[in-house]
Amino acid sequence: MIAVALSDYWVQTAIKTGVVLAVIPTAALILGYVFLLKMMSHMQSRLGPMEAGPHGLLQLVADGLKFIQKEDLFPDRADRFVFAAAPLVVLCSTFLLYVVVPAGPTLIVEDLSTGVFYALAVSSISVLGVLMAGWASANKYSLMGGLRAAGQLIAYELPMVLAVVGVVIQAGTLSLQGIVTSQANGEIFGIGLIGNPFILTQFVGFAIFLMATQAELTQPPFDMPVAESEIVGGYQVEYTGFRFLIFFIGEFGTAFVFAGIAATLFLGGWYVPGLDLDGGFLSNLIGPGVLFAKIMLVAFLIFWVRFTYPRLREDQLQTFAWKYLIPISLLNILATAVLKVVL
Amino acid sequence: MVAQNIAFGVLAAATSLAAIRVVTTRNVVHAALYLVVVLASVGALYILLTAEFVAAVQILVYVGAIVVLLLFGVMLTKATLGEDDQLDNDQRWLGAVIALFLLGTLSFVLVDAFGDDKLPSLEGVSRATLEAQRGSGAVGDAIFSTFLVPFEVVSVLLLAALVGAIVLARRD
Repeated sequence: MIAVALSDYWVQTAIKTGVVLAVIPTAALILGYVFLLKMMSHMQSRLGPMEAGPHGLLQLVADGLKFIQKEDLFPDRADRFVFAAAPLVVLCSTFLLYVVVPAGPTLIVEDLSTGVFYALAVSSISVLGVLMAGWASANKYSLMGGLRAAGQLIAYELPMVLAVVGVVIQAGTLSLQGIVTSQANGEIFGIGLIGNPFILTQFVGFAIFLMATQAELTQPPFDMPVAESEIVGGYQVEYTGFRFLIFFIGEFGTAFVFAGIAATLFLGGWYVPGLDLDGGFLSNLIGPGVLFAKIMLVAFLIFWVRFTYPRLREDQLQTFAWKYLIPISLLNILATAVLKVVL
Repeated sequence: MVAQNIAFGVLAAATSLAAIRVVTTRNVVHAALYLVVVLASVGALYILLTAEFVAAVQILVYVGAIVVLLLFGVMLTKATLGEDDQLDNDQRWLGAVIALFLLGTLSFVLVDAFGDDKLPSLEGVSRATLEAQRGSGAVGDAIFSTFLVPFEVVSVLLLAALVGAIVLARRD
C-alpha cells in the first residue's frame, strides 16, 4: 500500500478542491433558504414554502432534485457547445473566488500575495459566461440580457476595484490574510482593544463595495439583465434543468463569497479579539464560525436591499456608476492616501 | 522542474492551437472565445514564471475587459450563429507573410539575446525571498522608479485615446 502523506502537494490540492466544491452548493443552499425563501417571505408578511421538512427547510433540496430530473433541452438553432459551456464558465469564476478567502490563520486554499486583486480579476470572468449564454441561446431576449449584463458588469467593476484600493492603501498589502492581520493589529486613536476593522475608516468604501457587489450579482435594484417583466429572464431564458441550477448555484455561491470578501476587507475577517493570529488550533476552529457570522451579516444587507428597492432604469444605472460611484471612490482614495502619509 | 515543463508544454500547445483557430474559424464569436483561451493561457504562463501580479492583470484587463468589450461590440452589430462565409478575405496570404516575418524576428531576437541561458533555479529559494524579489510590491517599486518615464508616457497615450474617444462620441 502506498502511504499517502498529507503534506504531498497533489493530495493537499485534491483536498482543497474537494472542500471548495462542497462549500459552494452548501453556501448557495444556506443563502437561498435563509434569505430568498424565508427572509423575503417574512418581510412581505407571508410564510414562504412550509411543507418540505421542518419550516420548509428541505424545499431547495427538493427543487434541486426536480431540476436534475428535467429534460436537458437545447434550443433548435443554439450553438450547442457554447450554450453548454456558458454556465460552467460562470461556476468556474465562482470557484476561483473561493481560493483566496481566509477562514482561519491556516485555513485558506492559497494565500496569494496578490489576494484581493486576484479575486477582482477572476470575478470578471463570469461576464464572459453571461455573454456566451446570451449569444448561444439564439434568442433575442437572451442576447439583450447578455448585452445588458456586460454593460452593467463593466460599469460596476470600476467602483468595486476603486473601493478596494482604499483598504489596500490602509493595510499596505494585497493579501487577504495580510489585510485581516493588519485590522487585528490596528489601533483606533491609540486604543487597540478591538483592533481596527476598516469599516470604521473606510465606510465609504464599504458602501460602494456593497453597491457594486449588488450590481455584479445582477440582483435588484440592478437586475436589468434578467428583468422578468421586460426581457423574460434575459440570458437565462432558454436554460432548463441542471443547467439553470448551475446558474443558480453560481449566483448564490458568488453572493456568499463576495459577502466573505467584504467581511474580510471591512469587518476583520475570521478574527475576533482574543483569538491567536499565528495559527493556533483554536483560531482555526473558531475562525470559520466567526467568518460565517460576518458573512451572514453582510449577506443580510445585500438581500435586504434586494427585497426593498425597485429596479433602476438602464440609463439611471449607468449614470449612478459613472457620475456618482466612481468620482466618490476616487475622492475616497485621495483622502485615504493623504491621511496615510500625514498620520 | 518536471511538472513545470509538462505544464509549459500543455499551455504552449493550447495557446498555439487556439491562436490558429482564432484565424481559421468561420464564426466571429467563436474567434473571440478562442482568443480568450489564448489570453488566459498566456496568463497561466506568467504564473509559471512566478509573475503572479502580471498574470492577474492579464486576466483582469484582457479577458475581463478587452474581450468582453470586443464581444459586446460584435453582438451589438452582427453576431450570426453558425458559419459565416464573409469572414475571409483576399489578404490572408499577406497576413501569413507578416506573421511569419514577426515569428522569425522575435525568435531571432530571443535566441540572440538569451542563447542557451537558463532561468535561475527556484530550488531552495524561500517564499519570502521570492515575494520580495518578484511580488506585487516589487512590481510597484519597479514601475514607479526604474520604469517611471515609460509609465507616464503610456498614461499620456491613454489620456489622448480617451479624449479622442470623447470627441468621436460627441455629436455636437
